[in-house]
Amino acid sequence: MPLVGVLALQGDFREHGRTLTRLGAEVREVRLPTDLAGLDAIVIPGGESTTIGKLAVRFELLEPLRRLIEGGLPTYGTCAGLIFLSVALTEGDQPLLGVLDVVVQRNAFGRQNESFEASLDIEGLGAPFHGVFIRAPWVSKVGSAVEVLATVDEHPVMVRQHNILGTSFHPELTGDDRIHQMLIDSIPAE
Amino acid sequence: MERGTELVKRGLADMLKGGVIMDVVTPDQAKIAEEAGAVAVMALERVPADIRKDGGVARMSDPEMISGIQEAVTIPVMAKARIGHFLEAQVLQSMAIDYIDESEVLTPADEDNHIDKWAFVTPFVCGARDLGEALRRIGEGAAMIRTKGEAGTGNIVEAVRHMRTMTNGIRGLTVLGDEQLMAAARDLKAPYELVREVAETGKLPVVNFAAGGIATPADAALMMALGCDGVFVGSGIFKSSNPPLFARAIVDATTNWQNPEIVAKVSSGLGSAMPGLEMETLSEAEHLARRGW
Repeated sequence: MPLVGVLALQGDFREHGRTLTRLGAEVREVRLPTDLAGLDAIVIPGGESTTIGKLAVRFELLEPLRRLIEGGLPTYGTCAGLIFLSVALTEGDQPLLGVLDVVVQRNAFGRQNESFEASLDIEGLGAPFHGVFIRAPWVSKVGSAVEVLATVDEHPVMVRQHNILGTSFHPELTGDDRIHQMLIDSIPAE
Repeated sequence: MERGTELVKRGLADMLKGGVIMDVVTPDQAKIAEEAGAVAVMALERVPADIRKDGGVARMSDPEMISGIQEAVTIPVMAKARIGHFLEAQVLQSMAIDYIDESEVLTPADEDNHIDKWAFVTPFVCGARDLGEALRRIGEGAAMIRTKGEAGTGNIVEAVRHMRTMTNGIRGLTVLGDEQLMAAARDLKAPYELVREVAETGKLPVVNFAAGGIATPADAALMMALGCDGVFVGSGIFKSSNPPLFARAIVDATTNWQNPEIVAKVSSGLGSAMPGLEMETLSEAEHLARRGW
């Protein structure tokens, strides 16, 4: 049974935990550096990216987490998680892990009144995926090692770079576990 | 592409979980809140402690002030409308406010009817003292609930009472037989379908935050321990002796509420919390939680 960490500083980490449990993973909430030991994968949840970034700095998680992800730990970030993984933002200054070679625009679709649900075609998944976008970001620039797996109006909303997966939307709110399954499947066999 | 759905309204509240929403009255305060790690700010003209002190009719804030706060920060901005004042709510929706608080802290505009919140794209949060009140608001379309507590007192006792009452109400439903749920709906004065849902799931169908009287990091941690999903802090930050420090400490304690050593560390050397009020000193009219039903 793989041990998957869910960064639990703030946000919808419980929904991610429930999804991963359904897929047969053992789940550990990560709040302090000691919680990082022995993880097979990690999820960075939706939430407020400025809050998650600041708390990661205050509780000294930023550097150890960055090292683990750079070392190949399978990683998945949704919405705020995607923002936190990125190397840069189009605007503003907040702590970032800087491990995923994309530039992200926060709240790119607009404020809450512009939040939406839409059906998405995702590369590698057969049937369409129901995307839930909440004050969602999009990717405005991708590095050479980054694959774009889904778009909305030509803006990338799902990307992969080796061990790192990121989405602008929230599969954890839908009950559709296929993207979390991609994370679990990417854990190397022992 | 569908906007304003129940899922995206409730979903934004999900994203705020484990976080602190702070009352602010100026763009500068909003920046202090964001810097401290607030997940959202509540834009209002006066914090509840000042509304209490000044008296008179408390209304929706000046749109210009609210826009100034929207421009100052990148985190979600909430604002308050009076209970039943759907025109104030329409104004806030037109300004693209992220969440509307139909709030007992303002003077109610309608003594019988709350706002029909289903009619809006913008989501609403509403206060509740018990399960029946929470389910009535959800029945009207609220996408998030908070305890009423007693705003502007710096006294946690009412928020604790409301949260415990809510939890007891939920537990009580889970042990009932199906044939007892209609009588429970009658007693709670709540929609039957929602009563049934809570009886089955053992939780509210929306996120539930604590509000009303939180003044210290330990207060925030206590409300998390009682099962709240996050906290609103009104007067507790900008009526303390050192707002940036208090704000940050309350954020840190809300994340690590399960770890008393961290709560102790972040509570150290903060200076004085906002002055508090005993409930017995409030007159009948000063109990804001009794506004709305």
